[in-house]
Amino acid sequence: MSLLQLPLREIHKRMTDGSLSALDLTKASLARIEEVDSKVRAFITVDGERALKEAKALDDQLAGKTESYGPLAGLPVGIKDNISTESVRTTAGSKHLSNYTPIYDATVVKRLRDAQTISVGKLNMDELAMGSSSETSFFHPTYNPWDLSRVPGGSSGGSAAAVAAGEVYFSLGTDTGGSIRQPAAFCGVVGLKPTYGRVSRYGLIAFASSLDQIGPLTKNVEDAAYVLQAIAGYDPMDSTSSEKKVPDYLAALSKDIKGIRIAIPKEMMGEGIQSGVRKRVEEAINVLEGLGAICEEVTLPHLEYAVATYYVISSAEASSNLARLDGIRYGMRVDGKDLIDMYKRTRGEGIGKEVKRRTLFGTLALSSDFYDKFYRKAQQVRTLIRQDYEKLFQQYDVIVGPTSPVTAFRIGERIEDPLTMYLNDICTVPVNLAGLPAISVPCGLADGLPVGLQIIGRAFDEATVLQVAHAYELQAKSLPQPSLEVREDEV
Amino acid sequence: MKFETVIGLEVHVELSTESKIFCGCSTEFGAPPNTNTCPICLGHPGTLPVLNRRAVEYAIKAALALNCEIADWTYFARKNYFYPDLPKAYQTSQDDHPIGSNGWVEINVNGKKKRIGITRVHLEEDAGKLIHSEDGSESLVDYNRVGVPLIEIVSEPDLRSPDEAYAYLEKIKAIMLYTEVSDVKMEQGSLRCDANISLRPVGSTHFGTKTELKNLNSFRGVKQALEYEQKRQREVLESGGKIVQQTLRWLMHEGKAVVMRTKEEADDYRYFPEPDLVELKIDADWKKQIADTIPELPDARRDRYKESYGLSDYDAGLLTVTPEIAQFFDDTVKEGAEPKAAANWIARDLIAYLKTGDYALEDIKVTPKNLSDMTKLIQKGTISSKIAKQVFQELLKHGGDPETIVRERGWIQISDEGELREIVRSVIEAHPQSVVDFKNGKDRALGFMVGQVMKKTRGKANPQLVNQLILEEIGS
Repeated sequence: MSLLQLPLREIHKRMTDGSLSALDLTKASLARIEEVDSKVRAFITVDGERALKEAKALDDQLAGKTESYGPLAGLPVGIKDNISTESVRTTAGSKHLSNYTPIYDATVVKRLRDAQTISVGKLNMDELAMGSSSETSFFHPTYNPWDLSRVPGGSSGGSAAAVAAGEVYFSLGTDTGGSIRQPAAFCGVVGLKPTYGRVSRYGLIAFASSLDQIGPLTKNVEDAAYVLQAIAGYDPMDSTSSEKKVPDYLAALSKDIKGIRIAIPKEMMGEGIQSGVRKRVEEAINVLEGLGAICEEVTLPHLEYAVATYYVISSAEASSNLARLDGIRYGMRVDGKDLIDMYKRTRGEGIGKEVKRRTLFGTLALSSDFYDKFYRKAQQVRTLIRQDYEKLFQQYDVIVGPTSPVTAFRIGERIEDPLTMYLNDICTVPVNLAGLPAISVPCGLADGLPVGLQIIGRAFDEATVLQVAHAYELQAKSLPQPSLEVREDEV
Repeated sequence: MKFETVIGLEVHVELSTESKIFCGCSTEFGAPPNTNTCPICLGHPGTLPVLNRRAVEYAIKAALALNCEIADWTYFARKNYFYPDLPKAYQTSQDDHPIGSNGWVEINVNGKKKRIGITRVHLEEDAGKLIHSEDGSESLVDYNRVGVPLIEIVSEPDLRSPDEAYAYLEKIKAIMLYTEVSDVKMEQGSLRCDANISLRPVGSTHFGTKTELKNLNSFRGVKQALEYEQKRQREVLESGGKIVQQTLRWLMHEGKAVVMRTKEEADDYRYFPEPDLVELKIDADWKKQIADTIPELPDARRDRYKESYGLSDYDAGLLTVTPEIAQFFDDTVKEGAEPKAAANWIARDLIAYLKTGDYALEDIKVTPKNLSDMTKLIQKGTISSKIAKQVFQELLKHGGDPETIVRERGWIQISDEGELREIVRSVIEAHPQSVVDFKNGKDRALGFMVGQVMKKTRGKANPQLVNQLILEEIGS
């Protein structure tokens, strides 16, 4: 068994007693990347040399200081490529930024370093986080470890696939409309989107500022709790980060869920949900009931507007956020006959089709003629959706349903059909609109492909989300290892 | 037809906070290009703004001093447009909820007082500076100025002449200086102004089509450009033409304005609330704390000078243009100078001297005590006002004790009757024709003879006494 499959506590024990080093772990990670990443293609940039140097330095620094080992000490991790890493290329999956190397570290990168982890590289993603399949990456697609002919989901597809394929111990992803949870579901790993404001966004190349959150993708719920503990908390560099105290997430895991009240929105279990997915989620609900949770069917009246609302707001913000990719100071520049021509060529060549589509739509949604009809209206609906959730949370502790209505689809299958792709975000986008925390945990396979169970909590109540997810996970049958092969169709 | 001019001004004032509005970079003027920058003000991907509380306080202070209502809560908005000097491709500014609104200032033109409405005062960030190579082949950008906090002060279209616009700018400048929110140096770009101007038939209540003037780099430039545009519009209207709504660039050296763009090309800035910042609440306590830091403002100070010292409106106005001059006056009076005399010396000689070399008060040597001592010497008759002019020039350049200066230079006034009488007699003897002229009713001849005495004494003779002695000697 690879060192990276060891439970976190076991790694910590061995690190502390000196039988395992950060260097060992980092080497194991790099070896696994060497072995499988030509198939999975989870990485855009692997920086082995730097990782080994950092691991060595960490080992030297910790040597003999038993109490100095943090719970994550020595773990090799991967960072989604839209999170700034000083002097390591950060492309956000875009041609425009394919030569961009940040001069500063994101706050989460600093916090992970403070937590004594070693970053081995940067993970593939849909260009500028726009997409649900990782196919819009300028560099290459990422392949789902469960079936290499299928997508890993997106936009944090590289982050999910790298964890599923055992290339890193855990990874960071970002979630604007489901970009952590949906790939976690597709790849059979745990993905946690924290409450908006729980984790600093400083250093995250913004897609939609009012929706983006950074969170962990891990092999299990406990690991997610540890990583969240390390990265959560107020950051003076991010005005939208919350000053609320970060609770002890690990302590929450040991509590049972007897009497916990769970809402099951019927809109999330109806038609449009693949039958295999529905079945696995229903079984998971039975497990939760078996643990003493009280599950009730409820309704989210404004859910049907969520996807439209999400695409207006996220595209509007993106159109403004991405305007800085203008070829003046960093990134790609294509010269032109004058300034405007240079802008047009630079953005024309440096930015891909999906990003252009959303930039155009977002620009329209903010233009004076359409502002009221699109942007303002969407903000109003956003408030209604938030209120739907607030109402539910007066009576329930968490909301449960599928993470995605479907399992991983084939590469190339939907890329030319953006509207269908957008509609698949129905389970995840309303959570971002309301700024709530949510986790995706594996709940079995449907036709051999992982299904994700989504658990949504009250704002800043990640503890309860983790508690329910952990209780479920302990009862559920664990998934086998992914095959890392192309699965033959069973007709 | 007679036309009335309608002018509204948009004034941008850089706030003199030590650091920028959204990052910790220095706002110092004149640093080497791109040295006062960081990933945040350079708009590097992933960076976020954090609002400088001091910038908000300065904006509130300025808005209060401009008699504005202060918003209980406000928020920032993005103004989106592409330009190389704008690293994020949007300017973080304010939209429909400015920090201050519905204010006013009072101006005084040709002795007539008038209130000019202020529509709004909002807070925003400055852009960088483009530097073009002489042959136009290259443009360089200096981002030092990006993120320097600015307030934009928008007036109502209440101004009716270029002179009123000038007086309004002077008043805005004075208020900014008194409240110490800005150093207001137009040559360093810390005050910038755009002007809207239109004409309409006298008596009309509708506005005519306006043009906007940009690139107005000095108060005088504002006035000249408005005079130019006022004349141009009048000529167009009088010849039956129509004004086209457009933006004009003022070319100071050529004394004319050229078209930058017309209305059809007007931009859509796609304003929307800045999602990277949270709403800003301004509670009553905070407002009061800031209000308590506002000193006596120029209008109040001018009124006080008029009431307490009997100064003319004009002199009191001159003394209160900057807080430094006003303080100099107050200190001179405190040193015992007679207020009207002190006001005269400061409002005339001192200010005139400052203008000759564009000096600031700190560049010159004279102190309030020096000036006060000098006025006392005049009062005692130790020196004549004429000599005092020379003494004052000396004080301006080198400072020092006036009495010592007067003694060392031998400038003490000759009031010795015997000594003067002898000189008077010699002058009368030398100019018999003048005596005849005077007796024939030519008053000027007396002045001539006094002048001759003054010349002989190198200005030191007591002029009243000389006058009296001449009259005695020629026996009239």
